[in-house]
Amino acid sequence: MCRLFAITSKDPLSPMTAINALDVMREGHDGSGVGLFLRDLGGPFEEMKDAPILSGIFTDDGLKRLDIFMMDMGFMTKYKLSIKVPKDPPKGVPKRDIYLIRAYEYPEEWDGWTDEERYARLLEIRLTLRDMGQEKNDMIVFSFWPDVIMLKEIGDPLSVANHLKLERNELKARIIMAQGRQNTNYAINLYACHPFFLEGFSTMTNGENTAFIPIKEYLSSRGFQGYQGYQSDSEVFTHILHYTLKTLGLDLESYKHVITPLQDKALEEHPDGQFLKSLKHTCRRLIIDGPNCVIGSMSDHRLFMVQDRKKLRPGVVGGKPGVFAFSSEICGLDSAIPDRDKSKDFQPMHLDTAIVESDRQEVKICRQTDRLPLQL
Amino acid sequence: MPSDRPVTPSTLSIKDLPWQIVWNKDKCTLCGSCTAVCPVNAIELGVFRKRTIKPFVDISKKSTSEFEIFYGIRQKTDPSYGCIGCAMCSMVCPNDAVIPAKSDEAAKMNLHIDRGGQPRRRGGRRNSHDSVLDQIKFIRISMLTDPALDAGRHEFELKTLLGRVLSPEENMKFIREHGWIPPVREIYPLIIGGMSFGALSPNMWEGLQMGVAYLNEELGMPVRMCTGEGGCPPRLLRSRFLKYVILQIASGYFGWDEIIHAIPEMKADPCAIEIKYGQGAKPGDGGLLMWYKVNKLIAAIRGVPSGVSLPSPPTHQTQYSIEESVAKMIQSMYMAWGFRVPVYPKISASSTSLAVLNNLTRNPYAGGLLIDGEDGGTGAAYNVSMNHMGHPIASNLRDCYQNLVKLGHQNEIPLFAGGGIGKNGNIAANAAALIMLGASGVVVGKYIMQAAAGCLGSESDRCNICNIGLCPKGITSQDPRLYRRLNIEDVAQRVVDVFLSFDTELKKIIAPLGRSTSLPIGMSDALGINDADAARRLDIKYVV
Repeated sequence: MCRLFAITSKDPLSPMTAINALDVMREGHDGSGVGLFLRDLGGPFEEMKDAPILSGIFTDDGLKRLDIFMMDMGFMTKYKLSIKVPKDPPKGVPKRDIYLIRAYEYPEEWDGWTDEERYARLLEIRLTLRDMGQEKNDMIVFSFWPDVIMLKEIGDPLSVANHLKLERNELKARIIMAQGRQNTNYAINLYACHPFFLEGFSTMTNGENTAFIPIKEYLSSRGFQGYQGYQSDSEVFTHILHYTLKTLGLDLESYKHVITPLQDKALEEHPDGQFLKSLKHTCRRLIIDGPNCVIGSMSDHRLFMVQDRKKLRPGVVGGKPGVFAFSSEICGLDSAIPDRDKSKDFQPMHLDTAIVESDRQEVKICRQTDRLPLQL
Repeated sequence: MPSDRPVTPSTLSIKDLPWQIVWNKDKCTLCGSCTAVCPVNAIELGVFRKRTIKPFVDISKKSTSEFEIFYGIRQKTDPSYGCIGCAMCSMVCPNDAVIPAKSDEAAKMNLHIDRGGQPRRRGGRRNSHDSVLDQIKFIRISMLTDPALDAGRHEFELKTLLGRVLSPEENMKFIREHGWIPPVREIYPLIIGGMSFGALSPNMWEGLQMGVAYLNEELGMPVRMCTGEGGCPPRLLRSRFLKYVILQIASGYFGWDEIIHAIPEMKADPCAIEIKYGQGAKPGDGGLLMWYKVNKLIAAIRGVPSGVSLPSPPTHQTQYSIEESVAKMIQSMYMAWGFRVPVYPKISASSTSLAVLNNLTRNPYAGGLLIDGEDGGTGAAYNVSMNHMGHPIASNLRDCYQNLVKLGHQNEIPLFAGGGIGKNGNIAANAAALIMLGASGVVVGKYIMQAAAGCLGSESDRCNICNIGLCPKGITSQDPRLYRRLNIEDVAQRVVDVFLSFDTELKKIIAPLGRSTSLPIGMSDALGINDADAARRLDIKYVV
């Protein structure tokens, strides 16, 4: 079982907050990897919210190829945070040349493009770079998006964080998601490491998605190029979120109805029963069936947690106005926000979606049996 | 055999018959029950004469012969009366004095059963025990991160959809624009498949309907049953139980007058309409109800004269081509019920199934596709069709599902598979394998006859006389002397038993795979087979 930790705070925090929380939950992960997602960035990135940031791991040759590729397209480096690491990595961590976090200026010809056009192109570029990297094994690209940084590495989270010196001042964010990995079903591969990211949506999961193959086959057949990869059975959660909001035009509250629809009897009594039934029918291929706890981040800076219908995975939400955290275990929450009112900690059950809005004032609980806010 | 008996090319000895009656003179009480019950008159009362020589030791006295006459059972060697191995004789014998035994060599009857230039016709299904479905194993058992679910205690939602399911994008568009959303039924994934009205005896039919009604109304399992061709009893058409029934229309259109006339008086819509283009047991051939079974009642419901054979043409002029039928038949059936009832075609599995499916995907009305594999059963067909024609269901279904995946339409046209499911008794395992290969549900007919009514037919050419109305158990007979052997309530009870145990077994398979809230349709990563070629063909794991 993996361990998850996510925090949203009005003041930018160091990723070490999340790493330390993972460390107190270390019995739950086996050190097979760590993934970090940072959004609503602080530090030097605060000033360049619109600039797309590329994060990934490169060999020296890969970096040269990247530079040529990006320059050819007209991208200019605006700011870079190259993480040079000591020659000898800690035990279990592979030797790498460069961990790259680099913000770019958009090419001149992109001026006048709509956000939608830009975002579509950014996705395309990230996928092209990923393909190029897989071809020669010299680049691993995690994200290429404004105001988002992602880092993933194999190894124990705390050792990796110390190795990469993540406690630096330049690296701060108001939203941080982190996963301490326990590799289970599939081969160890950095692309299989959570969180996953697609066009502003990011999720990470604790559990095993037994419906992976049919869902993967379905998403892959949607004709959207972002639905690919799938080195992990959990990547589909990000894509279903993207599909629900972007393609179907529904809201976050509907996401739970797509992945874990209500049973028929409950639908009959639901105020939106008729709509939800048709949603259940048409989105039947997206029903998840493993025990899963999903934590996600939206581009509007909301953070949420959902449980699947079996509710077999731990998950708790707590905090105080200004800072809230989502954690696999209460000890993780204790480590990050020790001075919160613990009596208000909430553990979402099989009907709940816990959401913290971008104002970070309270935990909103949507029960699946409630009326949907978005009425068609 | 008398010494002067003519020995012709077609003269057979008992040894040449597939089934031989073993009769024990010492146990027999000569009650006559066995000969009375034999549906094919394979045995008759015989008079035997035995000579016993009594030699004397005293040479001066002459030895004598004594002649004894005794009565017993004699087996006929005429192929027309060949024993079918049904063993009804054993069942009625008070002393276990008689039993049919399978011949130890290849029967020669196949060579002689075509007398009069008529090839053999029979019921049942392809006589082969092989089953790829039985070779498939479920290999993906959750253990590391997830405990297996408790099949006995966890909640499960084992329902499937029948009817055209729109893609989420289209569905949202239609909801926003108030467009027509095709009707969809939530049903149990094991369906009792079409067995023609007239092929089954009235008792069998009523028993099945009673069982289905009980499953729905008392146990909350949305089990559906297809009528098969031949119509539906008028009382059922006008009852609320019609919603548990799938009405079948085939190329003979038998019974459709009755159905159409009942529409204005229907209290409930039928579950769906099945248009039969083909049957797995006899692909490319029409249905056949032989004259033996066309009594007055059947004739009245089917709207035909009694006592004549009723072959359906393989293609009626209105079903000249699948394209045409898709365009016309499906749409007119929708119109008949005000676009509230899903309509789907049933085809026999063949290498052209994909063409049919591709055609259906472009038709917004097609409510599904039922594919019937070569191991499907039938009430009457030519032996050659049953044994030598057709396509196995597993690969055919898989091809179709993967084609839908490629097009991004998986499960939008639900695929139902039939033909040989549970042939060797492993119904839940076979059904689960097909579901994981891509079926939305499975259809069984023969299994239900065997399990719920004790059909004696087997895959070793036992019985198989459904066609001539002499069913020893009264399942496929219209003769009251035969069908009164079948107790209606007992059939209903067994139908319920079958579904309940199937339900438990299916849960026992899918729970360890971690599935409970949706049917594992297309979960092919769970399947393995120890045949490399089959694994490659079905795109599942090869395990040894």
